[in-house]
Parts: sequence; structure tokens; C-alpha cells
Amino acid sequence: MIPSAFEYYAANSVDEALKLLAEHGDEAKILAGGHSLLPAMKLRLAAPTVLIDINPIAELRSINVGDKVTIGAMTTYASLLNSAELKAALPVIAEAVDQIGDPQVRNRGTIGGALAHADPAADLPAVILALGGTLTAQGPEGTREISIDDFFVDMLTTSLEPNELLTTITLPKMGAGEGASYVKMVQPASGYAIVGAAAWVKLNADGTVAAARVAITGAGPKPTRLEEVENALVGGASSEEAVTAASEAVSDELELLGDIHASEDYRRAMVKVYTRRAILKAIKAAS
Amino acid sequence: MTKITVKVNGKEYTSEVEGRTLLVHFLRDQLGLTGTHIGCDTSQCGACVVVMNGDSVKSCTVLAVQANGAEIKTVEGLAEDGKLHPLQEGFWERHGLQCGFCTPGMLMSAYDLLQKNPNPSEEEIRHGLEGNLCRCTGYENIVRAVQYAAAKMRNEEPAPIGAKEQVVESVGS
Repeated sequence: MIPSAFEYYAANSVDEALKLLAEHGDEAKILAGGHSLLPAMKLRLAAPTVLIDINPIAELRSINVGDKVTIGAMTTYASLLNSAELKAALPVIAEAVDQIGDPQVRNRGTIGGALAHADPAADLPAVILALGGTLTAQGPEGTREISIDDFFVDMLTTSLEPNELLTTITLPKMGAGEGASYVKMVQPASGYAIVGAAAWVKLNADGTVAAARVAITGAGPKPTRLEEVENALVGGASSEEAVTAASEAVSDELELLGDIHASEDYRRAMVKVYTRRAILKAIKAAS
Repeated sequence: MTKITVKVNGKEYTSEVEGRTLLVHFLRDQLGLTGTHIGCDTSQCGACVVVMNGDSVKSCTVLAVQANGAEIKTVEGLAEDGKLHPLQEGFWERHGLQCGFCTPGMLMSAYDLLQKNPNPSEEEIRHGLEGNLCRCTGYENIVRAVQYAAAKMRNEEPAPIGAKEQVVESVGS
């Protein structure tokens, strides 16, 4: 399978990429790791006439751990997995990345690509939602920050403007009494999540839950926070009984998908199961 | 058309490619290196794995233009001076293949794994080969072949054939 013809441009800097984007507008697609875009192009599900390859932009490949963690959008999964500093500051990233694809996918795929592509079954979107990340996008008018809570709009759609480039992901470090986790039910052939659940919790000294963020992926049209579950957790005990009860609070209104791999009802049941597991694992990491 | 220069198995090639030419087609059709196979064509099966700048990649999901300036190692580059690479020897000695279609990709993924982790556990080998599908062997002998190569590359004696089964039997008895 060969993609339909396109013009290829390699951008060597963010400015160059933005200039190319402005020039080619809607015809253009940004090529990051390419492990979602190129397969889609080979299947002719996507046929952009211009590809802007941002792989040569070295400044977008970085992991900085300071008061916060900042990650360049073109940092590969393999780099995330192999950073000892990142593992110490935010172990949940390596925990999740190790469950993505296979070694070859992790060698090419990037954190920014996973977020900007917004595949409904991608893993990292749920984790970044649970961690409360902030994204930085650069456009012709300069840079702006986007809360991850405002980023995912719909299936394969984000709040990035067509002339903007996602450049940086900023995440809070894990503090004392905090823990996070990501668990997923894998579709065995593709490795994608049928249901993926990420949880972040902050515990009080007495073991009650001070704060929580819970998000799912794979189950619905876009990665989504489960605010009913979060509300049910906060103020309560961190016991298995309390977490199980809170996981049942998943709204019946929550929009989920059904397909050949798992019906909508089955996904709803599994959302509760995997949410419970993720929260319990996060609590264990916090205590 | 774009002009690219790529170093493959130590030899430099300069060629004109279309933007949409996939690396695997460039290697097979333009350079005649047909050891790299095309299996699923959807980045699942791993038959097309090559090592690019020190990392294994699925060459059906990389554009040839993206390999401009890169160093690539394909299965043809494993044996040196007519002597099989320890991995190739391991696949021979431990019967790590039947039809052989997946073998070039298996070898290159295993090569990347052993470059980064010279003494992998059985679990690490299985995790490291997760991107390669084999429909003949059930993977057991492939894992043993990689264990054989890992030992050889560390200048150690590979475990004898059947060593693992003996352990299982003694546990059962």
C-alpha cells in the first residue's frame, strides 16, 4: 500500500514549520512520529497533499524536570520510557508508555503526536488528562497555553487551530501523598485500548482522598474525565469499598462507543472495572 | 522527486525518491535489498523491521525521504566476512524459524534489543519482540534463539537444548 502523492517538506525549526503551515493551510498535515498518519494515508483514509515533517526540529525533543516537568512535543515514547529523571518525577508516564504499541512504535511515536492526533484509543491522552497537563501551542500570533481539559473536542479533533503547532507539554510533578496510575484492557491484535483508565489521587494524612482526577480513553469518542467518579472519591476513604462505590458513579449519560471488539454496554461495564483498578493502583502509589 | 543519500549496511547510496516512497520499497525496489520483507503493510507484523540510526523501525511506516542522511542496517548487514551473526547462528541452532518470512524482522528487532540490553530476561525478550508476528513457531524457539545469541555475544556458553524443559519437568515431578 502506497499513500497518494503529496509534497514533502522537512521543517528545521518551529518558525519554518509555522511558515509552511501558513503557506499550505488546510492542504497540509504535520508529520510527527507518523505511526497514526502514515498508516491512515496508506489506507487512503487520509490524503493530505502536503506533509510538513517536524522530525528534524531538535528543540522539540526534550525532557526537563524542574519545579514542573516540561516535555517537548516531539519526544518519542522510547525517550520518555528511558528517562530516569522523568521516571523519578512522574513514574506513571513510563508505566503508561510501556503499554503503547511495540518497541518500533515507541521508537518513532511521540507524545505531541499522540495528543494532537487525538485518536480515541490512544493511551497518553487519558494520562495527561488525569495529571492536569498544560499544552503550549505556537501560531503566527505567538504562543498560547491550553489546559488539557479544553484540548480534546471530539474524535480526532482538538482545539488546536489549523495554523498552530503543539510544542510543549507541561505537567505537575508528583508531590507527597500523591500517586497516579494507568491501566488498560488491550485489543490483542492492534494493542489499542478497548478501555484505558488513568487516575491521579492526593491523600490526606488520615488516608482520606483530598483530590482526584480520573480519565478514560478507548471507550468513547474522545478521552474524557469522569467527574462524577472524582466527586464521589473526594472526602471519602481510600479503602477498596469506597473506591468500588465511587467507580460505580460513572454517568449513564457518558457517551461510549460500540464496535466489533466490544459493545457499548460491555465498555460501560469495563469502564467501571478499569477505573476502579486505576484508582486503587494510584492510591497504592500515593501511600 | 527528492534526492536522498542513505548509508545502508556501511555503503552509501544516493537516489531520487518520491515523497510517498516508503523506506521498505526504497530498500527492496531501488537498492535490491529484498531481505527486508513486506508482511501486513500496516505496521503490525514487523517483517519489515530495520535498524535506523541505532533504533529499530518498521520500514513500511517511515518515508524514504525521512531516511535522508541516516545509517540503516538491514538483515543483509548482519553477517560479517561470511560469518553468521550470533543471532543468525542462534536461529539456526535453536530452530527459530519454519517458513522464515518473519525472520529478517525478528532478527533486526532482536538485534536492537540486544544492543540495548545484552542480558535480557525471557520476559524482556518477549516484550522486546512484541512488534513481530510469527505464524509458525509459537515463539518458543525464537526466544531460545535470542537467548543463545545473547549468551554468545557476552562470550558465554549458551544453555543446552532442552535446558528449559528439564527445569519444567523437575518442577512437575
